[in-house]
Amino acid sequence: MIELQALTKRYGEHVVVNRLSLRANRGEVVVLLGTSGCGKTTTLKMINRLVEPSDGLVRIDGADISALPAHELRRHIGYVFQGVGLFPHMTVFENISVTPTLLGWTAERIRRRVDELLDLVELDPAVMRARRPSELSGGQQQRVGVARALASEPNVMLLDEPFGALDPLTREQLQQSFARIRTELSMTAIFVTHDLVEALFLGDRIVVMRDGCLVQVGTPRELMVNPVDEFVERMFGTPKREAQMLNDLLGPGEQP
Amino acid sequence: MSEQLALLPAYLTGHVQLTLVALLLGTVISVPVGIVATRVRWVEQVVLGAAGIVQTVPSLALLAIMVPVLAAIQVQSIGYLPAIIGLTLYSTLPILRNTVIGIAGVDPAYTEAAKGVGMTQNQQLWRVELPLAMPVIVGGLRTSTVWVVGMATLSTPVGATSLGNYIFSGLQTRNYTAVMVGSVAAALLAQLLDWLVRVLEEGVRFRRRGLVAAALGVLSALYLFAGVTLARQFVGEDESERIVIGSKPYTEQYILSEIISGQVTVETGLNATVLQSLGSTVAFDALRSGDLDVYVDYSGTIWATILRREANTENRGQILDEVERLLTKDYGVHVVGALGFENTYALAMRSVDVQELRLKRISDLVPHASRLVFGSDYEFFGRPEWVSLQARYGLSFDREVTMDPALMYQAVAQQDVDVITAFSTDGRIVALGLTTLEDDRNVMPPYDAVILVSDRLVRDRPRVVAALGGLVDAIDVDLMRAMNLAVDEGGRTPRSVAEEFLTGRAATDAHSR
Repeated sequence: MIELQALTKRYGEHVVVNRLSLRANRGEVVVLLGTSGCGKTTTLKMINRLVEPSDGLVRIDGADISALPAHELRRHIGYVFQGVGLFPHMTVFENISVTPTLLGWTAERIRRRVDELLDLVELDPAVMRARRPSELSGGQQQRVGVARALASEPNVMLLDEPFGALDPLTREQLQQSFARIRTELSMTAIFVTHDLVEALFLGDRIVVMRDGCLVQVGTPRELMVNPVDEFVERMFGTPKREAQMLNDLLGPGEQP
Repeated sequence: MSEQLALLPAYLTGHVQLTLVALLLGTVISVPVGIVATRVRWVEQVVLGAAGIVQTVPSLALLAIMVPVLAAIQVQSIGYLPAIIGLTLYSTLPILRNTVIGIAGVDPAYTEAAKGVGMTQNQQLWRVELPLAMPVIVGGLRTSTVWVVGMATLSTPVGATSLGNYIFSGLQTRNYTAVMVGSVAAALLAQLLDWLVRVLEEGVRFRRRGLVAAALGVLSALYLFAGVTLARQFVGEDESERIVIGSKPYTEQYILSEIISGQVTVETGLNATVLQSLGSTVAFDALRSGDLDVYVDYSGTIWATILRREANTENRGQILDEVERLLTKDYGVHVVGALGFENTYALAMRSVDVQELRLKRISDLVPHASRLVFGSDYEFFGRPEWVSLQARYGLSFDREVTMDPALMYQAVAQQDVDVITAFSTDGRIVALGLTTLEDDRNVMPPYDAVILVSDRLVRDRPRVVAALGGLVDAIDVDLMRAMNLAVDEGGRTPRSVAEEFLTGRAATDAHSR
């Protein structure tokens, strides 16, 4: 369980995240949705202390995260980076085993875990283990990124626009894999995206952010049906408007 | 050629000892300092600034300056130590700069990922930043390698044996085989080391165990070799047993140092080491500090450059007495005696011209000077003798040409110039049909060749000093010219000429007995 209480980040006069409070229950995926610069990535980074909050509190499973040294905290939080962030000088095996190695797992346990994770993200261990990131496609790299984040069996996961840089087809495949994995692992996660369809598809609840503030929280259905203001309404109306545009373009006779 | 190749093991060993140790020290110092510099702003500015300044000091000067510095703190001031300090300093900049650039250049996405997976600062450095910066750091190391191998040839003037011995003596004695052997060997060594470093880096980067093992094997073997030979030199060396003879970098000095070495061995049965091609003041400073035991200098040089006296009022004998007295009193350096010849500046012309113009003395030259071209080296034009020469005789040439001292003789013989400042013992004066003019107004101070010895030698080795006494008045100017000519034009080595001199004397001694 992840709880944010009045979490705030200021850079001088500029308030990037303003008294944000929310909660991701056990087994729940909460999506932070908003346009670029709305503070969603900063919020995510305050949860594993890549950014130190100016004010407010983060609790994971009830414990204040500022009590632990930052590096130890991070070893128990899976983090999937925007872009990729795999270490280019390490093989797939080494990338995935980074955190378990830091935790002092035995070689045998690490080996088993890496194979298990590669299976989970639908990559063939025998083929992939020894490859370098540069020898993988974008989609394969991000699958390894997800495997690396899951390696230490973390209780919570943070994902920062993990599929943003992929082409639409690959993105769809990864979203489906992720949907399956989160169910299998009953994962507690906070997932940052600016892609509404992704948010609707993957989020149990969606948090809409604007200018560092929380605008509305709710299930996809609640947000679609009861937007609190025009901004949310317009945002959630986009897929319908796009569907309408497609319809007009294709004409009535050519409906697929 | 085979004569030169016989010297290769000793010179190459010296060169390898210098280069490998300097590079190891340079790396061990620069990489950690570079790492600290990426963490602490002001350290970066200070160390990069300091290394940059070191780099702008001309390399020969950087090495030469170590001699008085080390002498001032009373440690070995010539030989391995000053050379290794200079080379190490010189090697630091590329490694340091590339360490800083390499680490600073790591994509922040990777350092953030390193934090994100739970690495501490140190783990981040060792597991992510250094491996990613390694190609850049190794690039710096490779630059240093090539620099240091090249610059190590300049260790010769500070008394460290290196491939530079070939180059310095070869250029002076016009033995281009020696120059070539030295240069080729240095170039090959640079290539080999550079290649080994590259192979090692690629092996590490691409996880090729075989490559890494092979490169490490060869490098370890080289380091082991350098270490063992160095240890043997330093541990095996009994301070009191050591006799070191110095020579400045020109033919006459090479011959005299070999004669002295031979004389010591013949008369006392002791072995002496010859350090070739020392810088002029390096030799004197080393003699004072006791790192050098014997070398030959010239009364006029000591008078002007060490005692800083004006020339000319005293005659030859008075200057010699005064030099002896002051060196002993103020410098703790002793004069064994004069060898019996002078090596002074003399004005030399083509003999045909001298006859045609009926010249004998410099005074006779004055009326003709306005039609003549004068050639000399840059050093002479900066000396007080040049000023006196013009002022006292009222000499005024058509024009003056600055040229390399080794080329002056040929230039006057080929009528490119008409008058040169020859060194009076140079064999080429006779060989090229030149005649020297008498300095009738005593403008040139006397330059008697004298044997100088260290205080240590006088105290601990009176037998050696006595043996050197046997050389006093043993070489006149004609003999010295002949010996110089045998090396400069006859293609002989200084050592073989020296040996001939010593056997000749032995024969004469036996005969007269």
